[in-house]
Amino acid sequence: MIQLKGIHKSYQTEYNSLHVLKGIDIDIQEGDFVSIMGSSGSGKSTMLNILGILDKYDEGEYILDGNLIKNLSQKDEAYYRNHLLGFVFQSFNLLAFKTAKENVALPLYYQKVDRKVRQELALEYLDQVGLLEWADHYPNQMSGGQQQRVAIARSLISKPKVILADEPTGALDSKTSEDVMDIFKKVNAQGITVLLVTHEDEISKMTNRVIRLRDGIIESS
Amino acid sequence: MFDKDKWQEIFGTIRKNKMRTALTALGVFWGVFMLIFLLGMGSGLEAGVFKNFGSQMRNKMYVWGERTNKPHKGFPAGRAIDITLDDLAAIKREIPEVDMLGPRRRMNATFVHYEDRSDNYDIRGEYPSMVEIEPLKVTEGRYLNQKDLDDRRKVAVIGTKVKELLFEDKSPIGKYVMIRGIGFKVVGVMAPIELKPWRISDTESIVVPLNTMCHAFGLEERIDYMAISSHMDTRVSVAEEKVVALLKTRHQIHPDDPNGIGHENVEEEIDQVVNLFIGIQSFLWFVGIGTLLAGIVGVSNIMLIIVKERTKEIGIRKALGATPGSIVSMILTESVFITAMAGYLGLLLGTLIIGGISYAMYSFEVDVDNFANPQVNLAAGVGALIMLVIAGTIAGLIPAMQAANINPVEALKDE
Repeated sequence: MIQLKGIHKSYQTEYNSLHVLKGIDIDIQEGDFVSIMGSSGSGKSTMLNILGILDKYDEGEYILDGNLIKNLSQKDEAYYRNHLLGFVFQSFNLLAFKTAKENVALPLYYQKVDRKVRQELALEYLDQVGLLEWADHYPNQMSGGQQQRVAIARSLISKPKVILADEPTGALDSKTSEDVMDIFKKVNAQGITVLLVTHEDEISKMTNRVIRLRDGIIESS
Repeated sequence: MFDKDKWQEIFGTIRKNKMRTALTALGVFWGVFMLIFLLGMGSGLEAGVFKNFGSQMRNKMYVWGERTNKPHKGFPAGRAIDITLDDLAAIKREIPEVDMLGPRRRMNATFVHYEDRSDNYDIRGEYPSMVEIEPLKVTEGRYLNQKDLDDRRKVAVIGTKVKELLFEDKSPIGKYVMIRGIGFKVVGVMAPIELKPWRISDTESIVVPLNTMCHAFGLEERIDYMAISSHMDTRVSVAEEKVVALLKTRHQIHPDDPNGIGHENVEEEIDQVVNLFIGIQSFLWFVGIGTLLAGIVGVSNIMLIIVKERTKEIGIRKALGATPGSIVSMILTESVFITAMAGYLGLLLGTLIIGGISYAMYSFEVDVDNFANPQVNLAAGVGALIMLVIAGTIAGLIPAMQAANINPVEALKDE
């Protein structure tokens, strides 16, 4: 599903260049449940951004579901993000002025899905994460755990092949973290590849495979 | 094509951010309102000043006979020239620029009485056309007509002051007034359209058919002066030159004689006022457009801030699969929509206020000096609205491009 071959990435600052990824090779199979671990500065966030087609890489090849992700137009990038990927962030990143239902439906808006269908699907996915009754609430009326579940529902609604989660439990207490991880397990059980970045061992233990990054290279996988 | 979803998305954003939208809209609203209001008031000023001139004065001239100044063809200088009805016929025949001719012969301070009331009034011998050339209106009955002239009827149209003095509040129509002992049947009452100091004499005069007057009082058929109007599409000065030249030839006057045929029109004065108003209009446009521009720059500015404010939101949208095109279109549509709506409201309010003033002045018969019937130039309004849509696009373009180029990685970084 995901293949990284010799990925290099440097950031140019005003005075020097920062070599963040120094040749990453990974092969992740469809339906895998993987956690990426590493201290801050290890390059795990950069790697996730590249996997999410939010950032470009300098060298190597990234193949996502058989598509070479390199030198794409912004429009194509948007297409792959929309159709193949689902994002879950540490700080949830819900739109504050939209209700839970509207937030969940948003990816389908960019797929030009009919409004009625969008609404129905949004309710269906909210039900999957157990928040059907909260459909008309705004994010600031919900707890952190609930918001993250809304965000997961949003990442699932476009039926992606891969879910990318950046410290999804970083802002949650351990009880809600477990709830969220349970949902990820269920998602994974449906055959969706789940990749999450974390620095908590309890979280990574719940995944099938742990990739450890250190100073821009893979320590173990 | 009308994309319902896009509009729902935009309406949603606008509804959730009312304050921001209102602030953005205010500048444009005020700009358009000022433009429309200023131009409307300008048109009121213009209409008021032209009302003072008399609405029918724009293409009107007068000619009369006077003493010559140069000897010509054996005639000595200082010869008195009398204009006749033959001259009138010749002008009508030979000068196509002339629309209407109104001759007038006057008998000053003539004794008039009705029953036991009497006074001295000016008697005017005229043709029916005069009421259309001079700014006169008939308040009761009718003016002279061609039949009066053809049958040389003894009929009279009296001024409103004459009516007041001779008839008080009784109707004078059908009564006989005695002019120098000769009975004339009153058929109408007249007054100037606008009562101005120089038109008061209209209210104190009695009009009778020219030929009746000459016949009844034993006068030769000459006329004191002629009022002449040119066709609407002809400048009266063009007609004036031809009329004077024709009359000089007919009366054997030297073509270079400055006297002999007296003539006058107010075209030059009106031209001056017209120019003044072109100046005022330009100034008002300048001020109005300036205000509007400031409003548009304001929209652009606020849209820039909005894009900054929405960086994170746009980052999220991009991560969820928004194309750059959809982001540009979102910001642009919002900008155009806000600008157009605000502009439309400004246009509406400006039109309502100008219309309200106009209506109030009309229904309460308010008569303000130099101000009348303010109007909104619809073409200017529509033009301003079209300009606004274009301006809204331009105002939104830079912010939209910036929004489209937002890097999602940067946007989504947690502070």
